[in-house]
Amino acid sequence: MAEQKVKTEDIVNEENKVFERTPLLTDNVFHYCPGCGHGVVHRLIMEVVEELDIQDKTIGIAPVGCSVLAYNYMDIDMQEAAHGRAPALATGIKRTMPDKYVFTYQGDGDLAAIGTAETIHACNRGENIAIIFINNGIYGMTGGQMAPTTLENMKSSTSPYGRNLKSMGNPLKMTELVAELPGTHYVTRQAVHKPANVRKTKKAIKKAFENQKLEKGTSLVEIVSNCNSGWKMTPNDSNKWLEENMLPFYPLGDIKVPEDK
Amino acid sequence: MKGNEAIAEAAIRYGADGYFGYPITPQSEVIEYFMAQKPEERTGMAVLQAESEIAAINMIYGAAGSGKRVMTSSSSPGISLKQEGLTYIAGAELPCVVLNVVRGGPGLGTIQPSQSDYFQAVKGGGHGDYRLIVLAPSSVQEMYDFVETGFELAFKYRNPAMILSDGAIGQMMEKVEIGEQKPRMTEEEIKKNYPWATTGKTKDREKNVITSLELDSGKMEKFNQKLIKKYEEIEEKEVRFEEIQCEDAEYILVAYGTSSRICEKTVELARKEGIKIGLLRPITLFPFPKKKLAELGDRVKGFLTVEMSAGQMVEDVRLAVKGKAPVEYYGRMGGIVPSPEEIVDAVKQKLL
Repeated sequence: MAEQKVKTEDIVNEENKVFERTPLLTDNVFHYCPGCGHGVVHRLIMEVVEELDIQDKTIGIAPVGCSVLAYNYMDIDMQEAAHGRAPALATGIKRTMPDKYVFTYQGDGDLAAIGTAETIHACNRGENIAIIFINNGIYGMTGGQMAPTTLENMKSSTSPYGRNLKSMGNPLKMTELVAELPGTHYVTRQAVHKPANVRKTKKAIKKAFENQKLEKGTSLVEIVSNCNSGWKMTPNDSNKWLEENMLPFYPLGDIKVPEDK
Repeated sequence: MKGNEAIAEAAIRYGADGYFGYPITPQSEVIEYFMAQKPEERTGMAVLQAESEIAAINMIYGAAGSGKRVMTSSSSPGISLKQEGLTYIAGAELPCVVLNVVRGGPGLGTIQPSQSDYFQAVKGGGHGDYRLIVLAPSSVQEMYDFVETGFELAFKYRNPAMILSDGAIGQMMEKVEIGEQKPRMTEEEIKKNYPWATTGKTKDREKNVITSLELDSGKMEKFNQKLIKKYEEIEEKEVRFEEIQCEDAEYILVAYGTSSRICEKTVELARKEGIKIGLLRPITLFPFPKKKLAELGDRVKGFLTVEMSAGQMVEDVRLAVKGKAPVEYYGRMGGIVPSPEEIVDAVKQKLL
């Protein structure tokens, strides 16, 4: 059979275009590991900012963790917080500029360990901000140590024989915890390991941004994600493991939905 | 007016945009005064009692990063908690004003006035190579005035400024001349004056990023050098001090804040006894009046630093005098304020 030579131009043309990267993602190459969920979530947030046409009103806050350099990829004004302090920065910004859209982007170590107080009190005060919480059950940047969200028996470099609940404490469901607080308006848990989940996550992020106009409290979107490097798996295996192990403990869906509309 | 109240009123009248704090003795009147005044109604200024000193200083970081004029206050143990935020603020080159109404330490220490946070204030306090601009008020009037001075310097140099006060000046009541209400800066003015601020990226400019992170060590060193240059410029241009009867003095007392007020009386008492003594009162502790001290070192017989600490500023005076004259220290600790008479005795014992 004669080999058909397909040229790039035959595929890449306007007619065949089904996806376009939002211009709000910069040209910088992601430093994230191939297969990691961060890139997808970055894109979703920037798509939401583009669709709502609020680039000039949006201020994002990057955490300490793998996404410490999020500001290299998002073409919006951003601040880099000390570890765990993003909700405090967001409070300072929002209180002095109430008409802006302010969001934090935080991992599980940042939000649920060192930043526990900042998270709970920002949510309890009902700061009109969006908190995007990436939960992959591990400290990715520092090389795979145990996180507050690490599952029972899950191995990490600081729980090499698996998380022992008796000596190491229990995985923390921060999202359920803040949903109990009167200050939160919208609390949901999503994932980005499958296209259908990606779509749902985008809707949730959009809602969290739109909620800021209502001035009814904090919106928190947890996104259960993989960490194939930290979990020491291939990207595909890590997504499978996520579904079989993370999701039973961190079930997806809305946890607190505003009653009105 | 109490010193702690004067500082809050000064911030409102200066047109500050926000105050974020956490109660601690002996400065809780600052936040109490703010809350009673309802500044959101007077000027639109935001005030918030944070969940901790750590949260408060990080709220300052966020708002300062957006070009807002914001202030926090605390006392020694709380200021220790703020050090993380302060080093990030210095590293991100953000302007803000921080008040420390110092109490005796270490640890929980005492709630009585002290000057034992001098090292922490003038040498940096948190990790990394950085400096705060440090102003030392010695009256309630200066508590009021230094809010404006602090903000002006902080924004001029994009650097945190600290007002290093103490429990005595914070609690003391004196008459204060207060200024007119100034308007808060509009968003348009902020965008124009502080093009680095995160106010939302518009089409006509690149995005603004507030960060202290630099992973490339070559670039980081360049940034360190830039900071050092800035501090050198501050040392060159912003030294403030007061001289009291130094012209003909053979001996010089060096003291700031509450200690300097007592030393004024000491000068009076000692001169009655025929001791030709003067007082140099540093108003800025960083930048420190090094040149003035060196100059005095050429012509006087000795210095005595008077501090409510174990002897911290004395090290900087010795460095400035460079051995040209003896530099002695006298101080009280634990919240005890020395009397003018005991300082006269110390002068006689240590200098004459």
